[in-house]
Amino acid sequence: MTDPTTDTGGSRILGGRPSEATIRTTTTITTVKNTSGAHIELKNVNKVYGDQAVAAVENFSMNVNPGELVMFVGPSGCGKTTTMKMINRIIEPTSGSITVDGREVLSLDPNELRRHIGYVIQQIGLFPHMTIAENISVVPKLLGWSKEKTKNRVDELLSVVQLDPRTFAGRYPKQLSGGQQQRVGVARALAADPPVMLMDEPFGATDPITREKLQVEFLRLQETIGKTIIFVTHDFDEAVRLGDRIAVLSDRSKIEQFDTPANILRAPANDYVASFIGHGAALKRLALIPLHDALLGRAADARGTASVVETDSLRDALDLLVLTGLPAIAVTDAAGRTVASVSVEQISAELGEDSGGLPERSEARS
Amino acid sequence: MTFEAVIERDVSVAPAELGVRRTRFWTLRRVVTPIVIVVVLLVLYLWIQTLTIDSIMARTLNADYILLRTREHLVLTFVASALVAVLAIPSGIIASRTRSRLLRGTILTIANIGQATPAIGFIILLAIIWQIGFQTALIALVAYSFLPVLRNTMVGLAQIDPNVTESARGMGMTPGQVLMRIELPLAVPVILAGLRTSLVFCVGVATVATFIDAGGLGDMIVNGLKLQRFPVLIAGAVIVSCIALLIDWLASIAEDLLRPKGV
Repeated sequence: MTDPTTDTGGSRILGGRPSEATIRTTTTITTVKNTSGAHIELKNVNKVYGDQAVAAVENFSMNVNPGELVMFVGPSGCGKTTTMKMINRIIEPTSGSITVDGREVLSLDPNELRRHIGYVIQQIGLFPHMTIAENISVVPKLLGWSKEKTKNRVDELLSVVQLDPRTFAGRYPKQLSGGQQQRVGVARALAADPPVMLMDEPFGATDPITREKLQVEFLRLQETIGKTIIFVTHDFDEAVRLGDRIAVLSDRSKIEQFDTPANILRAPANDYVASFIGHGAALKRLALIPLHDALLGRAADARGTASVVETDSLRDALDLLVLTGLPAIAVTDAAGRTVASVSVEQISAELGEDSGGLPERSEARS
Repeated sequence: MTFEAVIERDVSVAPAELGVRRTRFWTLRRVVTPIVIVVVLLVLYLWIQTLTIDSIMARTLNADYILLRTREHLVLTFVASALVAVLAIPSGIIASRTRSRLLRGTILTIANIGQATPAIGFIILLAIIWQIGFQTALIALVAYSFLPVLRNTMVGLAQIDPNVTESARGMGMTPGQVLMRIELPLAVPVILAGLRTSLVFCVGVATVATFIDAGGLGDMIVNGLKLQRFPVLIAGAVIVSCIALLIDWLASIAEDLLRPKGV
């Protein structure tokens, strides 16, 4: 088990790194911290559909670190979904190489491979004739888990996605709301504790309020399970909110920029990326910077009674400044003591400091 | 009376499992059909009691004869339908799976010809070139009622949400597992509807089996015609119709019971 490449055991087909997680599945959710993901590498991957002259995906290369949440963002038809689906071979690449923890995906049995890659699609695709428990049990059953182990896992996962097992295990998908179905979809993909998850606009079909809730829950979940996740979306804001890194893709899945959300917002690589960010790039960046990372004023400068907590974002602070009309407001620590103050000038300076200029520059370009 | 007893029992069960069984099990239509059948047969019986039965009629209008013919008729119907299920469902799966247009076209053309050819012509031709009797009648019936099951199997598989099959594939099910665990269970309601149509077809068409000495209730009808004994003709026709209605009714119940829960 020390060398993942020599391990041909079916149940740990995707390498040794997650082995601990795969074996002691019932405890992983709470114990594993950012270690259960696999390393994914795509090298010169191409996809050409038989009768078409232009490739759907051309020369795509990317490295995804273990435990990283990478967002593929791009307009419809840019090939982002195709690229993602080549990783679990729902779509077969025409050429190139894809490795997961050093193992060439194209040399593995596709069915065995897919049992170790979580897969969530926008329309969820829950099996309507199976109960929620049966839906989640599908992959464990394919892997030959015992009934006892499977049942425990189902209960555990339902709790993880905040659905009460006693209420929901025996229900059928159509008896659940869209948001609940989506949670089951995530739970089902996590069932066998795969090191890699592929998610194709998983929250796309839910209403904005449910979506935001699901996103927050999903982030919290990812913090504890630390999967390597490829997440496809066309919503740039969602990408900024969730992603460790974002790949902005254009036609034929060309990578226009691949960087952290903050870096992309601060310095879009080109006009295409800038236009994708859209208006309000500065505000989007502010939402990513917590107050304790910013250079703040003295506590004594604070005016009024309004205050923000230092773990809040600069955007929250700006929101309150605008609302109250005060020159500066108090920043408190978790215990409620005022430790600093923040003003509009300081917020502007924070934006200007990283970009070496006015933040409006990126917007002017679009 | 028995029906009312059943109704009461089921009504009390229904609210407990609300949601999954989408509608009330004992709908008006479901209760009416058997009542109609019983009433019609009763009227037929009473009517025949009022007639003076001559020796020719007596030979056919007696319980032994009618039961024998009914049994022959039902055996033909059910054996033919079972054969159709065994042959047409796999053919439907192959036709919907194959990439070869030629194969799909061939299967559909044969099934279409089977249904389009008048049953009486087909059965007699078959008797001339092969033999008379049960087996020939069976083949004719299978050919005639093949298409509904074939078609419905194809439609049943085609109407499944592609996202469901994609996620099944994405979870690592083999194509065979996707078919057996996901697609066929979800296609069951449509396939059963096809089988129901086939069964009813068979009941009707089995009457022509009499022309090649394969028995069935067609005997009564033809005897009644040839011997100009209309009560016999009418009795035969009414009984066949009642059987068709009854089988359709039973099949509709089977459809509801076998439909996967949650769909």
